[in-house]
Amino acid sequence: MTPTRKTKGQFGDLLFFNLTRAFAAITLALLVGIVVSLTWSALPSIKQFGFGFLTSSEWNPPAERFGALVPMYGTVVTSLIALFIALPISFGIALFLTELSPVWLRRPLGIAIELLAGIPSIVYGIWGLLVFAPMFGEHVQPLIAKTLGQVPLIGSLFSGPSLGIGILAAGIILAIMIIPFITSVMRDVFELTPPMLKESCYGLGGTTWEVVWNVVLPYTRVGVIGGIMLGLGRALGETMAVTFVIGNASLLSNFSLFLPGNSITSALANEFAEASPGLYTSSLVELGLILFLITFIVLTLSKLLLMSLEKNSGGGH
Amino acid sequence: MNLVMRRKAINAFALSLSLAAMAFGLVWLIWILWMVIDLGVGALSLRLFTEMTPPPGSAGGLKNAIVGSIIMVGLAMLMATPIAILAGIYLAEYGRRTWLGKITRFVNDILLSAPSIVIGLFVYAVYVAQVGKFSAMSGAVALALLVIPVVVRTTEDMLALVPNTLREAAFALGAPKWKVIMLVTLRSAKTGVVTGILLALARISGETAPLLFTALSNQFWSTDLSEPMANLPVTIFKFAMSPFKDWQELAWAGVFIITLGVLALNIAARVMFRQTTQR
Repeated sequence: MTPTRKTKGQFGDLLFFNLTRAFAAITLALLVGIVVSLTWSALPSIKQFGFGFLTSSEWNPPAERFGALVPMYGTVVTSLIALFIALPISFGIALFLTELSPVWLRRPLGIAIELLAGIPSIVYGIWGLLVFAPMFGEHVQPLIAKTLGQVPLIGSLFSGPSLGIGILAAGIILAIMIIPFITSVMRDVFELTPPMLKESCYGLGGTTWEVVWNVVLPYTRVGVIGGIMLGLGRALGETMAVTFVIGNASLLSNFSLFLPGNSITSALANEFAEASPGLYTSSLVELGLILFLITFIVLTLSKLLLMSLEKNSGGGH
Repeated sequence: MNLVMRRKAINAFALSLSLAAMAFGLVWLIWILWMVIDLGVGALSLRLFTEMTPPPGSAGGLKNAIVGSIIMVGLAMLMATPIAILAGIYLAEYGRRTWLGKITRFVNDILLSAPSIVIGLFVYAVYVAQVGKFSAMSGAVALALLVIPVVVRTTEDMLALVPNTLREAAFALGAPKWKVIMLVTLRSAKTGVVTGILLALARISGETAPLLFTALSNQFWSTDLSEPMANLPVTIFKFAMSPFKDWQELAWAGVFIITLGVLALNIAARVMFRQTTQR
């Protein structure tokens, strides 16, 4: 080999290494760029309202007075409803896919559930608005009002007119959308459980349920929580489906889940393109910044939990 | 005996609930797909592909929206794929143990699930607000930023699956590292990388939120990248929220086209992925 060829190869290596490294750094810069540029654009609103932005429920564009409380409330409550519904369902599906289903059915059923995640959110939105909400308002909401609505304490959550659209409907549709994400994490971590552990429980005469509840779940607890956080992160940032069905009311008179509301994402989707420049736009950007920071924290927690499970189960053998 | 019966009963009860949960999940999928097919097929006609989006009350199609979507999605893929594949190569081949590699991998996974509307806001702040107007190009940039994390992740995962013996064999022949990666490692992970590209394509084809304040929409025919451009998702959003019956029908037709395309891409990606891992 001649020396020139060798240096040529080394030069190519150096060039290629730095090229790939630069592009990897771009991904990193993207995150920093998002935070910096959003903070910069939100600066007028941050200066004007300070921390009062987080506690004020006023959203009054003509008077240029803005507060994030109503959209933040909508985002958090719809996401919690979604989690409340999606959690047991996802657990059931993951249990079915890992323990109950015949082996030949596992793959097709798993794909079917994953396809729920593949459907674009605008499809959930139009389906939710034009198909689900009318049915929900006519048949399901009156039923809920008659049963859950009569229970003391939580009854007031389920009262008011049956409009179909509203916070509850948005929460239910979000639940359907995050089921595939939570399910797929749960299924993956359930499969990490060493067969030896499960078989020892079966050997002691445990039923399938006892194995899952007393062995699999404790072993994978951290990963399951990570999956839940991932679902929560998804639900918080979901835009189109929520915008279609939440009803877009920037006023909140009481805490009934039947009422229309507003979320951070739906406020952005509906108002941003038409907002006048200045304080209005800047306040909307601040809403987006708040959303990004919340989801960032939730997703980071999710990732850290999942990483710690992988490390543990990797080191255990 | 009594205890055994009780434990068995609890087991049977829990397992039936699990079966019910599975059925619950499938019901939604079938219901949504059924409505999309039912209402979408009814609204399908050749007009969709030959006529522009109409003003309310008159007939029309979705030609400008379909073409606009194809242009922006195509541009986004062209911009993002090379960047993402090279970044993925760094993570898999160079950055396994470096701090840059570790942090980038972590951040990439978070960007994968970050709200897409925030990406739209970001592009608005750094592009649209600077130029002073909404444009198709800014829409394509926003979509490209959504492609990057998906392709980085799959490229890295697929490269990690390539056996080390293959790399060592190529090194033993005296090949420089960049040639080993481009001609041996990347080539043997090709199908997997294409899977990731298909998944990213599926993801951005239906994305609406990041286009709302970048590409906006356009009722007329336009292929000018510096002007707002019509696109399928935003058109569907506008038409579905309107009170006009014929607009809503067009929205369903658009939804049918998007859903069909996205699900086909998803299934194609899965079939390809299965072939690579089984080989």
